[in-house]
Amino acid sequence: MTTTRPTSTQNLSLEKVLSLFIRLAGYLSVLYVSLICLFLLKEGLPALREVEGESLLGRVWYPIEGYFGILPLLMGSLVVTVGAALIATPLGVSTAVFISEVAPQWAKEVLKPLVEILAGIPSVVLGFIGILVLSPFFRQAMNLPTGLTAFTGAVLLGWAAVPTIASISEDALNTVPRAYREAAMALGATHWQTIWGVTVPAARSGILTAITLGLGRVIGETMAVMMVTGNAPVVPEGLQALFLPVRTMTATIASEMGEVAKGSTHYHVLFFIGITLFILSLIFNITAFALSARKIKRSERLLS
Amino acid sequence: MAIKSPPNPAPILTSLQPAKGKLTSQLKQKLGFGLLTAVSTFTVLPIIALGIFILVQGIPSISWEFITGYPREGMRAGGILPAIVGTFYLTLGTAIFSVPPGIAAAIYLSEYAAENRFTRLIRIAMINLSGIPSVVYGLFGLGLFVLFLQFGSSILAASLTLSIMTLPVIISATEEALRSVPQSFRVVSISLGASRWQTIWRIVLPQSLPGIITGVILGLERAAGETAPILFTGAAFFLPRLPTSPMDETMALPYHLFVISTQVPGMPVQIQYGTVLVLLVFVLGMNLTATVIRSRARARRQW
Repeated sequence: MTTTRPTSTQNLSLEKVLSLFIRLAGYLSVLYVSLICLFLLKEGLPALREVEGESLLGRVWYPIEGYFGILPLLMGSLVVTVGAALIATPLGVSTAVFISEVAPQWAKEVLKPLVEILAGIPSVVLGFIGILVLSPFFRQAMNLPTGLTAFTGAVLLGWAAVPTIASISEDALNTVPRAYREAAMALGATHWQTIWGVTVPAARSGILTAITLGLGRVIGETMAVMMVTGNAPVVPEGLQALFLPVRTMTATIASEMGEVAKGSTHYHVLFFIGITLFILSLIFNITAFALSARKIKRSERLLS
Repeated sequence: MAIKSPPNPAPILTSLQPAKGKLTSQLKQKLGFGLLTAVSTFTVLPIIALGIFILVQGIPSISWEFITGYPREGMRAGGILPAIVGTFYLTLGTAIFSVPPGIAAAIYLSEYAAENRFTRLIRIAMINLSGIPSVVYGLFGLGLFVLFLQFGSSILAASLTLSIMTLPVIISATEEALRSVPQSFRVVSISLGASRWQTIWRIVLPQSLPGIITGVILGLERAAGETAPILFTGAAFFLPRLPTSPMDETMALPYHLFVISTQVPGMPVQIQYGTVLVLLVFVLGMNLTATVIRSRARARRQW
């Protein structure tokens, strides 16, 4: 009795310490997000004071001469992201529908690990493949002066975004109650009609979440896009701009931050671009979160 | 009065009508499934092609000297040992800073937290963290660890930066593993007189360990392959020796690949393929380990 009592009080105090650690760790994510906001603002906001607002939204990015117009970079990111979305959405959703609704068991077991492997390939390896294989191929196939273009970036990133879209869409399709499909089939719909008339619409918000998160990935993608889009900070104009080099916001930060003097205007503007990226990713993620939250509410209402 | 039979067998005809319609919808279905199969194949075939291509191109350049030697002649010859060791150190450092707090945070969310406004705040913060572009993590690491805390460009600063990026992955995977342990296990343990912590430590954690390990490995895998967060926080362009302390800069495989495929003119393609192969073996090896642990645990699980 006397020997167990000290250890049990010891356990109790150990338990208290551990519980405290666990509680603190729980709040760590909030702390980190606050710190990230704080430091981005601290280093990025001086840009607004040092560069006139008009010039910051200008069309020329030429930091050595003091031109800090982020419009070409914003447009570069936009072109690549929209292009990638146009490629990734049909590929990702089709793959998800195929895996979840159509494929035989053996095909599922081959496809799912392959999609996971694609998700695990480092961005820099994709960029390497882009430089060595994709860009020479597009240059020859389309007779372009260079293969390092917005189009190459969009194709590469679109392909790389497929795992995100496919796996989240597949989860959404799997949560559609079996009864929905059975009811549709019982009413005489074919398997194909059931998929597009019932299952996919029922999983719509999950699929939209998947696409939004995929887009968030693409806009924040750095290494691959920096390696294959040719690094030319010009405002893209017209459709032919798709086949010219561009420069995204992420690539600008990654390629220039190494060489700027800490505390210079250029340094602050690069952080300001970081703030822009942070806000864009926030918008994508909050949208995705809201979409999936709405899904839960509606399915609760339907199934209860 | 004889009942007049209908002049033509209309019922049969109308029953034939939908059958005819059904035939075209069957055809549509065949075409549709064919299209889906083609698109999915088109999506995954390049992955297989890529794997084979890199294996075929990379294997000839793998040699004992390549794995254990130092780069020579402006990285155009010799080995990539400093990059391999650097990536190992960075992954280890990331694990140290992200695994204990990540698992603790998941325990908090799954076993302690009530569904209130604070918990929702934590979840929103996690979603936010997992969506921040990797290069923005690099900026943050530069601002906080390298400059403000004056760690300089070092393994420490780079590992801390990577660990924040990895944290949400580890938390959500661990939380899922913890939540998959049946509630009845906890109820039985508590009813037998165990405290909450004893229940977590002796019952819940051991049962969910495979899931946690899988999540941790997948999180670290991503960190090992990342380049953008370490660009300005600890990656060295070229270092002819191994780092000796956490305050040293280091070479790393992903950054080395970036350097030799874009920054060094006249780079022999063999060294590039060799580096890609080593990086992919490192990263996908972790992926494979995680998959094996997960499927073995699933097969063995009794609940």
